Amino acid sequence: MPNETNIEYHVSITTGNSEFLVKNLIEIESLSFKRGERVIYDNISLQIPAGKTTAVMGPSGIGKTTLLKLIGGQLRPDAGDIKFKQESIPSMSRSRLFKVRRQMSMLFQSGALFTEMSVFDNIAYPLREHTQLSEALIETVVLMKLQAVGLRGASKLMPSELSGGMARRAALARAIALDPELIMYDEPFAGQDPISMGVLVKLIKELNNALNLTSVVVTHDVTEVMSIADYVYILADKRIIGAGTPEQIRQSDSDLVQQFLQGKADGPVPFHYPANTLEQEFMGAN
Amino acid sequence: MEWLANLGKSTLDRFAAVGRASYVLAGSLIAVPQLKNVPLTIKQMYVVGVQSLSIIMVSGLFIGMVMALQGYTILVDYGAEGSLGPMVALSILRELGPVVTALLFAGRAGSALTAEIGLMKATEQLSSLEMMAIDPLRRIVAPRLWAGLLSMPMLTVIFSAVGILGGHLVGVEWLGVDAGSYWSIMQSTVEWNADVMNGVIKSIVFAFVVTWIAIFKGYDSVPTSEGISAATTQTVVYSSLAVLGLDFVLTAIMFGIE
Amino acid sequence: MTSRKSEILVGLFVALTIAATLMLAMNVASKGSVGQGETYNLYAKFDNIGGLKVRSSVKVGGVTIGRVESIHLDPEDFTPVVTLSIVKQYNAFPETSSVSILTSGLLGEQYVGLQPGFSIDDIENLAEGDYIADTKSALVLEDLIGQFLFSRDND
Ligand SMILES: Nc1ncnc2c1ncn2[C@@H]1O[C@H](COP(=O)(O)OP(=O)(O)OP(=O)(O)O)[C@@H](O)[C@H]1O
Ligand SMILES: [Mg+2]
Repeated sequence: MPNETNIEYHVSITTGNSEFLVKNLIEIESLSFKRGERVIYDNISLQIPAGKTTAVMGPSGIGKTTLLKLIGGQLRPDAGDIKFKQESIPSMSRSRLFKVRRQMSMLFQSGALFTEMSVFDNIAYPLREHTQLSEALIETVVLMKLQAVGLRGASKLMPSELSGGMARRAALARAIALDPELIMYDEPFAGQDPISMGVLVKLIKELNNALNLTSVVVTHDVTEVMSIADYVYILADKRIIGAGTPEQIRQSDSDLVQQFLQGKADGPVPFHYPANTLEQEFMGAN
Repeated sequence: MEWLANLGKSTLDRFAAVGRASYVLAGSLIAVPQLKNVPLTIKQMYVVGVQSLSIIMVSGLFIGMVMALQGYTILVDYGAEGSLGPMVALSILRELGPVVTALLFAGRAGSALTAEIGLMKATEQLSSLEMMAIDPLRRIVAPRLWAGLLSMPMLTVIFSAVGILGGHLVGVEWLGVDAGSYWSIMQSTVEWNADVMNGVIKSIVFAFVVTWIAIFKGYDSVPTSEGISAATTQTVVYSSLAVLGLDFVLTAIMFGIE
Repeated sequence: MTSRKSEILVGLFVALTIAATLMLAMNVASKGSVGQGETYNLYAKFDNIGGLKVRSSVKVGGVTIGRVESIHLDPEDFTPVVTLSIVKQYNAFPETSSVSILTSGLLGEQYVGLQPGFSIDDIENLAEGDYIADTKSALVLEDLIGQFLFSRDND
C-alpha cells in the first residue's frame, strides 16, 4: 500500500512541475517532525510555487497548522530542510528570521487578534510597527483592508465584541495589511456563512492575481479549495497522500484521496487518533 | 535507581527553567532604549501601579494604625510611649513597607501579569506577533517588566508615608501621645540613608524578583486554562517565598552584624 | 481617550510618590541631619562603654549633634576608644569639654552625653582628630549594686 501511494505522489509532482514553470517560493525537503514521541511528519517533501495558491488539506490533527508553523520558523524540524527563496529557515539566525518573516504573514486558526486594542488598531499594528506611514495614510489603508473583508463598520469594536466569523475576517484583514509576499491562511473559511465565504474566496483569489502573492490555504472545505487552488496537497498518516491540480486530485484513483474528498467515514484514512482497537480497550481487563 | 533518574531529571529541568527565565529577562531588558516602548510602559504603569494604589494605601494606613496601637500598649508600660514615633517609622520603613508592598504587589499585579501574558500565549497572540516579525519580549514583556520595576518602589514609598500617618492618627489623635514627641523623636532617630534608603533598596530588589517571576511564569506557562491558573498560583507562591527569603538576607546585610 | 486618562493618572501616581518622598525627607528623617552633611571626628577613651553601640547618638543637653562612628579597643592599654562623628556646624566645643555615657530612661538606649567645658582665652576648641580627655564611663548596674552592698557592710 505505501508503495502505491508513493508512486502516485512522484507522478503528480512531475506533472505538477511541468505544469508550473515557475520558481518555488518554498521548498520542503524530506522533512521529519515529532511532537514528543508522536511522529507528525515522516520524511515529506513538497513545494509551494510562487505566485500561486496552494491548498493543504487533511484530517483534523494531522499537522496542518504544525506545517505552517514550521514554514514560519516557529518550530524546528527534527530532520530535513525548509527553504524560503532558497534560504534555509531552520538554520537562520533569529534576526535574519525576523527579516524574512516581514515577507510572510499568517492568519491563525484562532484569529489571534490582540484583545486589548480595537479592530482598527489591530490592523494598524503591523503598519505602525514596520512602516513610517503617516497616521492619515494608515487610516486609509486600514479602512480599505476592513472594507475588503466587509468589516469597515466594525472598526471601533473590541475583539471581544466580534463573533467568531467576524474575528477571523478581522484577522484576515490584519494578515494582509502589509501586502506580504506569502500569506498562510489557517482555516480562513471556518465559521463563515455562505456569503462571506464567497467573499473570502474571491478576496484570496484577487489578492493572488492582483498582487501576485503566494498563498497557502489550509482548509477542509473541499469545494472552496477546488475553486481557488492552483495546486493541492492532501496530508494524512504522516505523509502526503495526494498532490496535484484540483482536476488531477478529483480524478485521482487513490482510495485515500477519494475517501477524503467524499467525506466517507470508512476507508483507508483513519478517522481516529492512534489507539488500541476497541476490543483491546474494553476486553483488555479480562 | 528510579529515584536517582528522577532527581537528575528534575535538576536538569530546573536548570533549563533558569536558562529560559534568563533568556526572557535578557530579551526584555535589551529592549529598553526604544522610544516606542515609552507609551507602552506608561500604560502598563497604569495597570500595574495606579490600579494597585488603593490596596497599597489602605493596607499602609491600617498597618500603621495597628503598629501604633500595639506599640502604644507595650511602650506605655515602661513610660516610653514617646518612642512610639520611631518604633512605627522604623518598622515600616525598614521592614513592613517593602515586604508588605511586595507581597500585595505579587498578589495584585504579579498574578495579573502572569495571567495576561499566559492568556496571550494561549490565544496565539504571542505567536502572531512573532509571525509579524515583532519580538513579543520587546513589545509585550519589556514594558511590563519596566512598569513593575518602577512602580513597586514608588508604591513602597507611598505605603511607608501613609503608614506613618496612620500611626500618627492612632498614636497622637486617638491615644494622645504628644504630637511633638511622636514626630521629633522620630526625626532624631530615623536616618535617611540607613533607614529610608535601605527600605527603598529592598523594594527595588523585590520589584525585580516579583516582576521577573510574574512575566516568566506567564511566558513559560502551558497555554491552557489549567496551565495558566497553575502559573498564576506559582507566581504568587514563588514571589512571596522569594521576597521573604531575600528580606532576611538583605536585612542581615544592611542592619545585621557589625 | 483612554490612553490620555491613563497618562494623567500615571502622572498623579508619580506626583504622589514625590509627595511621599518629600514627607519622608522633611518630617520623618530630616531634622538632626545627622548622617548627612559634613562631619568631623573626635575620639574619647572610656574605661567601660557599657551598652554603647555604633550609631548611638551624641547629645548636648538632649540635642543630637552626632553619632558614634566606631568603637574599638586600643591595642596597647586595652581601653575602648570611641570615635564620635560630630556635625561640622557644632565645631566650637572647648578642650575642657567632657563626655559621659548616659542612659535615656531606666531601660533606654545608651548615648554619649557631651558636657561643654568653660572656655577661657588660652583654651582651644576641639578639632578633627582630637581626644577628649575628660570621660566618664557607663554606669554598670552590677558594679553599682556591688558598691551599695559594700558600703552597707562598712556601716
Ligand atoms: N504544543 C503541542 N504540544 C504537543 N503536541 C501538539 C502541540 N500542538 C499540536 N500538537 C499535536 O500535533 C498534532 C498536529 O496538530 P495541528 O494543530 O498541526 O493539527 P491540524 O492538522 O492543524 O488540525 P486541525 O485541522 O484540527 O486544526 C496534533 O495531533 C496535536 O496532538
Ligand atoms: Mg490546525
